[in-house]
Amino acid sequence: MAFYVLRRILTMIPTLLVISLLTFIIIELPAGDYISNQIAALRAAGESASIAKLEFMRSEFALDRPFLERYLIWIGFWPGPHGFDGLIQGNWGWSFEYDKPVAEVVGPTLPLTIVLNTATILFVYVVSFPIGIYSATRQYSWGDYGFTLVGYIGLATPNFLLGLILLYFSNRWFGLSIGGLMDPQYIGEPWSVAKALSILAHLIVPTIVIGTAGTAAMIRRLRANLLDELHKQYVTTARAKGMREARLLLKYPLRMALNPFIADIGNLIPSLVSGSVIVSVVLNLPTVGPVLLNALQSQDQFLSGFVLLFVAILTLFGMLVSDLLLAVLDPRIRLGGKAPS
Amino acid sequence: MNVLSVEGLSVDFVTAEGRSRAVNDVSFSVPRNRTVALVGESGSGKTVISQTIMGLLPEKAHVTGGRVLFRDPATEGDPVDIAQLDRKGPTLRAIRGNRIAIIFQEPMTSLSPLHTIGDQIGEAAQLHRGAGPAEARELTREMLSLVRFPDPVRGLDAYPFELSGGLRQRAMIAMAMICHPALLIADEPTTALDVTIQAEILKLMKDVQETLKMSMLLITHDFGVVANMADEVVVVYHGRVMEQGSAAQLFGNPQHAYLKALLNAVPRFGMEPGERLVPIRPIEPHAEGFLKSGRTRAATPGTPLVSLSGVTKRFVTRKAGMFGGKSHALLALDDINLTVNRGECLGLVGESGSGKTTTAKAILRAIEIDGGEIRYDAGAGPVDVSKLSGADLLDYRKRVQLIFQDPFSSLNPRMTVNDLLSEPLVIHKVGTPEERAERVRELMRLVGLDARFLRRYPHSFSGGQRQRIGIARALALNPEFILCDEPTSALDVSVQAQILNLLKDLKRELGLTYLFVSHNLAVVDYIADRIAVMCRGRVVEVAPTRELIENPLHPYTRALLDSVPEPDLDAPLDFARLDAGRASEPDAWPHPYRLTDGMTPTLVETEPGHFVCAPGLAGRAPLSSVKEAVS
Repeated sequence: MAFYVLRRILTMIPTLLVISLLTFIIIELPAGDYISNQIAALRAAGESASIAKLEFMRSEFALDRPFLERYLIWIGFWPGPHGFDGLIQGNWGWSFEYDKPVAEVVGPTLPLTIVLNTATILFVYVVSFPIGIYSATRQYSWGDYGFTLVGYIGLATPNFLLGLILLYFSNRWFGLSIGGLMDPQYIGEPWSVAKALSILAHLIVPTIVIGTAGTAAMIRRLRANLLDELHKQYVTTARAKGMREARLLLKYPLRMALNPFIADIGNLIPSLVSGSVIVSVVLNLPTVGPVLLNALQSQDQFLSGFVLLFVAILTLFGMLVSDLLLAVLDPRIRLGGKAPS
Repeated sequence: MNVLSVEGLSVDFVTAEGRSRAVNDVSFSVPRNRTVALVGESGSGKTVISQTIMGLLPEKAHVTGGRVLFRDPATEGDPVDIAQLDRKGPTLRAIRGNRIAIIFQEPMTSLSPLHTIGDQIGEAAQLHRGAGPAEARELTREMLSLVRFPDPVRGLDAYPFELSGGLRQRAMIAMAMICHPALLIADEPTTALDVTIQAEILKLMKDVQETLKMSMLLITHDFGVVANMADEVVVVYHGRVMEQGSAAQLFGNPQHAYLKALLNAVPRFGMEPGERLVPIRPIEPHAEGFLKSGRTRAATPGTPLVSLSGVTKRFVTRKAGMFGGKSHALLALDDINLTVNRGECLGLVGESGSGKTTTAKAILRAIEIDGGEIRYDAGAGPVDVSKLSGADLLDYRKRVQLIFQDPFSSLNPRMTVNDLLSEPLVIHKVGTPEERAERVRELMRLVGLDARFLRRYPHSFSGGQRQRIGIARALALNPEFILCDEPTSALDVSVQAQILNLLKDLKRELGLTYLFVSHNLAVVDYIADRIAVMCRGRVVEVAPTRELIENPLHPYTRALLDSVPEPDLDAPLDFARLDAGRASEPDAWPHPYRLTDGMTPTLVETEPGHFVCAPGLAGRAPLSSVKEAVS
């Protein structure tokens, strides 16, 4: 088992390298870069005074080098203008738009992004799990139809609309401030219990809004998986042993139906981040989503590259967690065995 | 005293289409310590009866009449009417798995793949005997040794996917037995197993019955199993009891027409040459039109059509490792030498994993071989199949066709019969659309199906009808060589007889050559002219059918023949001889048949046309000395 964990972690390294290369190719796909666009704009406006400074910055950030070299410098495998100084050395790059290091731009948003994502995933699982089981075991009952209807509404409603509605009611009924991740008075204040509670209260609406679609999809999936398993022969075997229905359900078919459920943890993360951009903008959440959107629009390449890579790492981590959980749950994966035919 | 009495039982299924009666006024009883066989074809309602007794009927099934009385001999109490009990209630739960237990057909799917054998078996003891985890484990270990698990202690922690089919079925039996039930229901317990393992499991069930003094209700469609196991027989058809009585009565003097017909449809050893099975619904194929045309091929019957020489195929199975990991080569075909003559039917027999299907695939060129040569004689001298390409390969594909085992998964459910039958013609660009339509109608007539069925989809046909569609599809291109891969093993006996006769007639009418792959020796005996026996990727014996059945030389062939249960009370299985149980281990065969890894499986000719794999005799040229050594 320890070997398996080690192997999974080691195989993440080449995967990450490939992802970083792909990311770099994608963010460099639009013609030019942030600074040459600036230079072009200044030229058009006839202001040539600050061009020299920008030219200096171009060489300072190695933007005048060939593509592969730029990539290797960004990662930190190649000496740039200041020696080895890339991602693996801990330098996340420079944001031209904000005129600050990337670390300072995204730094405050990262913990909140992780907190919000974790909360959303937990929400998706906690809600969809019991409902999925209920729907599968009481197929075509009123409850099943009811949850199906609610689920489809959840899938079909635009997230930002739902967000606005929920914000309105939470403000009206519970007096929560509109938007943001905490009441305005706590912004910039040191940490306190009241501040943490305020953050938790403000997390509820975004979690529900971002998680609804995922929850609805997950309920459908768990219901379908479980329905498939409920008619398998081994369930009949267990029933023939004289087991109680509830115990039987939990011990046998549910465990089989769990596999796809767990394998989805990794897939959920990128869809949550990219799906939540509009919600974050509408709800004014200080997460990484709006930052990414801005960076992509203004071709702030190091910033957008870093955010994309960050999401990829989150995804890989989610995949690792789901793979390890699967190995724990399913001996066929753990023992790498195949049934002799 | 009767442990179980079913009295006038009727079960209805209520579906969207309406109400249908699956079991109609069925009565029979199972006496103490006796075995009663419930015999019938698929759809006869025998499984519904067993589900009723276990209280495992699906939601949409309703008991509409009759009683199922269970009298537990251990408590001597009043009988319980199971049909009246709540299916999920505590009274029935206390009986189920405790006093009445069941074994299912499919050992592969009957156990949960995520839990150890020990966990799943011991569970019943914890539920009914109040055993703690440690005690349950000990009881399970005892049961595993009772069902003769090779290593009971290790078996406890094994997962089902680590075990072979035979061992899984043993585990199932252990699970059913752990509470020492008064009644065991065995629902086709050996249908999915190889014939040698079937014999072992049957013996095991008899022994366990002896030890635990219980009654058994054996559900099967195999009269060979019935003859060997049952004291009494109940024959059901369309949910009704057709005939019942002692095994001696029913086999000796069957009364009902249905039972007579069924018994006539079962292939037996030692049938007269030219004797035909009598299917319940026979078909008479008539070749005409294009199928008849172009049949005047120059080549004469009896000359080699396909010859395999030294064919070797390795499968590499990988165990997960860091990067790639350990690989393990499995020799699927080891130096196969085999010839199929034009106009004959060569039967290829062996248990699962013996390489018979791989051989068929290699001939089809569905897989590439690693060594040796497969030569095919299309009329202009033998050609190496592996070197064919382009138009030659396309021509080869037209000449060689395949009939599959499973008539359900081998037909695309989204295509009409017309699409299925004309697809080969479209692929090979045969004829105009009008000619194709004519051909398709001809094919349907040939296999005894109405041309009006052409617009239907496969799901509206029965298994036998689907298999006939599969045969028609194989014939669409007017091939000369057909590989039949277990074409009847998924079918009922009466349908099997129909398909076997159809194949026989088609062979005669169209001058076809067959390679007939099967694990059922009686079937091969009926249809084949010569038989080749395979074991562990080697050909161990080849001989003309009669010669092989009457005078088998190789120990594996003998074991195979010994383990076929015959539908004849006078020829019971010799369980004592089966005890060795290692007949399919090449290194356990006696000299001169012993084969160890790396040894060439040399075939030696003992009689003209009778070859046996005996590496110990390789090089001894004169026929007579070889004969002496093997006799």
